[in-house]
Amino acid sequence: MAKVPVQFTLNGSEKAEFVDGGTTLLNALRDKIGDTSPKGGCHQGTCGACSVIVDGELRLSCLTLAETCNGATITTTSGLAEGGVLHPLQRAFLDTFASQCGFCTPGMIMAAKVLLDHTPNPSRDEVVEALSGNICRCTGYEPIIQAVLTAARANSQNAA
Amino acid sequence: MELRKSYFADVRKDDLHEIGQARPRSDSPGHVTGKTTFFADRNFPGMLHLKMVRSPHHHARIRSIDTSEAEKHPGVVKVLTAKDVPHNVYTILILIQIGPEDETVLADGKVRWKGEAVVAVLAETERAAQEAAAKVKVDYEVLPAVFDMEEALKPGAPIVNEYHGQNYYLYDSGECRKVRFGDVEAGFAEADHVLEQSYQSSPIEHAPTETTGCVVAPEGNDRFTCYTNTQAMFFTLDNTSIILQMPGSKLHFVGGTVGGGFGGKVDVIVEPIAILGAKLTGRPVCFIYSREEEMQISSPRAAEKVVIKDGVMKDGRIVARKVTGYTDAGAYSRHSPYGAQKGAGHYPGPYTIPNVWIDTYCVYTNRTPSSAMRGFGVTIGDFALEVQMDKLARLIAMDPLEFRFINAYRDGDMKAHRQPTEGAALIECMQEAARAANWPVAEKYMAMSSYKKGA
Repeated sequence: MAKVPVQFTLNGSEKAEFVDGGTTLLNALRDKIGDTSPKGGCHQGTCGACSVIVDGELRLSCLTLAETCNGATITTTSGLAEGGVLHPLQRAFLDTFASQCGFCTPGMIMAAKVLLDHTPNPSRDEVVEALSGNICRCTGYEPIIQAVLTAARANSQNAA
Repeated sequence: MELRKSYFADVRKDDLHEIGQARPRSDSPGHVTGKTTFFADRNFPGMLHLKMVRSPHHHARIRSIDTSEAEKHPGVVKVLTAKDVPHNVYTILILIQIGPEDETVLADGKVRWKGEAVVAVLAETERAAQEAAAKVKVDYEVLPAVFDMEEALKPGAPIVNEYHGQNYYLYDSGECRKVRFGDVEAGFAEADHVLEQSYQSSPIEHAPTETTGCVVAPEGNDRFTCYTNTQAMFFTLDNTSIILQMPGSKLHFVGGTVGGGFGGKVDVIVEPIAILGAKLTGRPVCFIYSREEEMQISSPRAAEKVVIKDGVMKDGRIVARKVTGYTDAGAYSRHSPYGAQKGAGHYPGPYTIPNVWIDTYCVYTNRTPSSAMRGFGVTIGDFALEVQMDKLARLIAMDPLEFRFINAYRDGDMKAHRQPTEGAALIECMQEAARAANWPVAEKYMAMSSYKKGA
């Protein structure tokens, strides 16, 4: 099968790979580049575990073709901590016990980050809406909502 | 959280300093940074993908299987059928002497539920495996199927599983698990009211976000490392050893990181066939359920039916309880004989009733095999029992919580299955619940204790 070149910036690093035409961004990230933080829970765009940020927008990497991401800037949960210091969302997920089995967590954090990037002080309803595409089967969601609200408060205190 | 140290003070050391404290989880830093390694995060050069050909019928005889076109498909490395599996007929609980072996790793001559594994295809890519699986030709003779437990127990019903010979699990106590305590008929005769009600539930899928699967890597010395999300590591290791007729020393299982299980990952399903594929090809193999397989193929919680007949006095005492429970195992046992047995021990509920009769049946039907899920054998029973308790309270115009105080088991009471009650604390829990809910309960019940004077 003919290979297609793809090149993008992942968590600040330049990446270039040849993939089969039709390869999803999820599979390119996991199998080719070795970033396994996005998870495959359904491969049909319903669970949100594969969520990543492409050029500032939340994307389901299982429904995104890698070849459409040429030149893009991509962020995944594995790239959030800087110099070993956790991102406020990661810190909040730890502190509020928002992660149990951990499988949905990277996708949840991506969805939450896009929310806070656009809406630094969201209402509870806005948090619920922003996480509505991500399925968690362990927590019952409440600790996750609290984590996002906690991170938003931490951000606004740091900004003040 | 408030810790009441007065409860159980005589049976435990007074050093529970961790209770009520929040402690960081050791696995959370990995979860929030995306560094936790789930089984599917392992990738090996040359890894093959396994896809299963599954039965489209609920019950059918297999006349023939033709894998020739699938084997010619580009990228296909190996196609496995029942004859390739060293010990093809197994049952998980054989490890604790609960037989007979009743389930095939790959169908041999018959399929007993829609979705049963028939042929395994191993190919260079997931897509090639999927395409080749579609080229396997299986000639089926469709047989009559039975989907309802009561229909399955009727004479003349189609026999679901020949390894049992009848559509129920044969316990050493006979066609069902039995608990007999006191004289239940005398209890009903004495009762002011008798209420018989029937409760039933449908199968429930756990729906973990991470689907069931494993990745197997040959170590090059006839030993195999299996990265798996099983919830039952040693059950899986030992059953794989039996199925593949390989000593356990050849099998290295790595797991413990499970992306949601809830009981749905305790069956031994993906590992033996994936390890067999790795053994026969010498290549790493991954076998990961699709979301559709997770929802349709993996064991759900069993459908259950519970018939409860109670005799109750106007003063609130339950004097007789007769329960008949049915657990729908689907086509194979897996953990269901154990689930049905648990129900037998559990059905009187946390109540002291002098006359009890319990029968619980583990029934075979042509449905997806059911298995463990969060309190299986007990959870649906509790739903039925507590709805029944509310109905009984209404029947005698009594407050439902006060009705439970009257019947609550207390330390020293003999339970129907002949275990004396110890450390019950039910009374105290209900008192706390009444306070928390601001539910009015008469003072005499708020003054009760699980400790009986002289007990």
